[in-house]
Amino acid sequence: MSISRKPWLWSFVAALVVFVITIAATAGASTGGVMQAALTFAAISIIVGTGQMFVITLGPGNIDLAVPATMTLAATLALKYMDGVAVLIVPGLLIALGIGVAIGVLNYALIKLLRIPPIIATLAMSFVIQSTAIATNRGLRIKPPQMLADFTTGSLLGLPNLAWVALLVTVAAWLLLNRTVYGRWVPAIGQSIAAARMAGVPVDGVRLATYVLCAVLAAIAGYLMASFSGGAALDMGKEYLLMSIAVVVIGGSSVAGGDSNVPGIWGASLFMYLVVTMLNTYGLQSGARQIFTGIIIITVILVASGRRRAS
Amino acid sequence: MTALVEVTGARVRFGEVVALDGVSLTVAAGECLGLVGHNGAGKSTLVNVLNGGLAPTEGAVRASGHDGDWSIAAARAIGLRSVFQELSLCPNLTVAENARLMHRSLSGRGWRRRAGDVARAALDMVFPGHRIEPRMQVGSLSIAERQMVEIAMAFADAGIAPRLVILDEPTSSLDAGLAEQLLAHVRRFVAGGGAVILITHILGEILSTATRIVVMKDGRIAAERPAQAFTHATLVDAMGSPAGDQDRSRRTAQTGAAVLSLPAGARGGGDFTVRKGEVVGLAGLAGHGQTRMLHALHDLKTPQWWPARDPQVAFVAGDRRVNGTFDVWSILRNISIGTLSDLSRRGWIDRRAEAARGREWQSRIAIRTPDLNLPILSLSGGNQQKALFARALSSRAPVVLMDDPMRGVDVGTKQEVYAMIRAEAKVGRTFVWYSTEMDEITLCDRVYVFRDGVIVAELEGDAITEANVLSASFAGAA
Repeated sequence: MSISRKPWLWSFVAALVVFVITIAATAGASTGGVMQAALTFAAISIIVGTGQMFVITLGPGNIDLAVPATMTLAATLALKYMDGVAVLIVPGLLIALGIGVAIGVLNYALIKLLRIPPIIATLAMSFVIQSTAIATNRGLRIKPPQMLADFTTGSLLGLPNLAWVALLVTVAAWLLLNRTVYGRWVPAIGQSIAAARMAGVPVDGVRLATYVLCAVLAAIAGYLMASFSGGAALDMGKEYLLMSIAVVVIGGSSVAGGDSNVPGIWGASLFMYLVVTMLNTYGLQSGARQIFTGIIIITVILVASGRRRAS
Repeated sequence: MTALVEVTGARVRFGEVVALDGVSLTVAAGECLGLVGHNGAGKSTLVNVLNGGLAPTEGAVRASGHDGDWSIAAARAIGLRSVFQELSLCPNLTVAENARLMHRSLSGRGWRRRAGDVARAALDMVFPGHRIEPRMQVGSLSIAERQMVEIAMAFADAGIAPRLVILDEPTSSLDAGLAEQLLAHVRRFVAGGGAVILITHILGEILSTATRIVVMKDGRIAAERPAQAFTHATLVDAMGSPAGDQDRSRRTAQTGAAVLSLPAGARGGGDFTVRKGEVVGLAGLAGHGQTRMLHALHDLKTPQWWPARDPQVAFVAGDRRVNGTFDVWSILRNISIGTLSDLSRRGWIDRRAEAARGREWQSRIAIRTPDLNLPILSLSGGNQQKALFARALSSRAPVVLMDDPMRGVDVGTKQEVYAMIRAEAKVGRTFVWYSTEMDEITLCDRVYVFRDGVIVAELEGDAITEANVLSASFAGAA
């Protein structure tokens, strides 16, 4: 199989290039630290991006814009419930998962019952969710149970625990996509919803399950991130709107749906974090940094799509 | 007669597949060249070489009044037009706007009106009595009407007059009346000094319209004679397939249990019922509600929220780009998508079983490819259709719905599929078969004739004749 058949390779190549440039600036002094930080922060994008990838694979128009709000609400309610008590860690996680399921179902209910395009339906949902989070949070920052905080900031065998969780999620996602019937149905719908219907694919069931899956993964990511950073903040999910979509596209999945790629999300997430680190290392101001990040994303997408057309 | 276009020693390879293996052909003004052959015989490839869309690996194309490299632009400049098996109009534009795309000379102020006039004139010329308006959006037209627009546009004169028109399966979506209008126009066009290359699997059309017939087989020209020198039988012989007597024995006494029924809708018309082991035809003019009926039957029996443990219906698409193929996928995945419940355990796909099932059906239905893992689009149109048949027939569904599935399928394959349908019906499978070809309608046990979206007649046994179907299709319409 040639390189052109493995689009995920490019996201790793890009991540490596940026990594080398960053390390070069510090003359190799912080190699281990940069890598640890990159893996930790990339882990959150990987979990969120995996869910978004399943939704995007459903075909043109399918996208979940409620991801940031879902992260915030799941984290806010779970942390509020646990209130720093260690024995409530698992029930707290279940609450986060339950919120994910509920939001996924509501998202698809809007799309299906009211026949609203997913981009509008999930955006509208995100306002509802975000407002709920604001109402329950009231500006308080509740600390996570110490045990949970230790877990999310700790590491095992030299790899951050969050990266292990992300690895678990991606392996499961890869198996789901490549070895199961559901994993065939999702790209079938993405290629042609009419053909999928006539081939006997339970289209509504699969789409519902996919929106639920995306919201649940966002909820898990929110739960972990709030625990890692010492509490839920109302804008904690903000940057993951663009991030979740960018890592899917840079990772080699087709924006038009029907063709997705799990390993690429790792390369793309590391790349996205390392770009920010690199620009920080070179001392750019926050504004300039964002401009550069945008330019780099656009460039990668252009290069990637050009490559796909050529092959 | 002067030579318009001449191909010498053309050879084309697609990876493993040799599509054209040294073909030489001359097309002269004032002739209608009939081109026949099995799926994958190289007909479409030859057409693409002629119209400049494909440069042959070896060999050359020469045209009168043209020097230099052969290209699509050069072909258009000398008045060569092609109508493809796969429709190529933009569905989101109107008929007039599509005319503008095809004829660059329709530019400047007021192009919309002039393009509309050109489209209307062309349609009036080829299909008198059509009901297509230039401002209609192509997406809102039926597949037959879209094909009419495409054909008419090829014969339109907007700046450059058409001199050679290539028609690749032009009648595949047209009913008998429209097909006859088209063939009559082809004869007029040829008599007026134009040239036509006609590719169709309906041999009657070739024999009645072509002046010269070229038979292709495995990328070569197998026979080339004046049309009068061929008969239906010798033509089939030349194509190298056993003609095979059509099994016209049908059982008239139906005692099986009803497996599917649909009461007449609000619009009136007759009820619809099929019994176990029956082959029921849906006839009538193209686009009169047959496809809608098939979709209604499918939706009735297919759950949308939870997968069915035992599938009730399988579907074979006719318009395969709309609701048939999954273009990103391999041939194997296109076949197995309909039967994943049989090829999996607790949701996990058994990939070995999947591959074995694929190989079994590749040999049963003779899908011409070196590897089932190649993309579905690497197959010729007819072979893609075979893959869709394999998808439906390999399922356990007791009812198979077929939406004019033989469009672009060659005679040999058709006979094989007919035999397969007969055999399956004998062991209790039920077929609901919409077809625009009268030959196929007469193969059915029972036929419902459609007009204006409703069932207007039910024919059984020996009453299924072309005359009866036509009279039911047209009754009261005139």
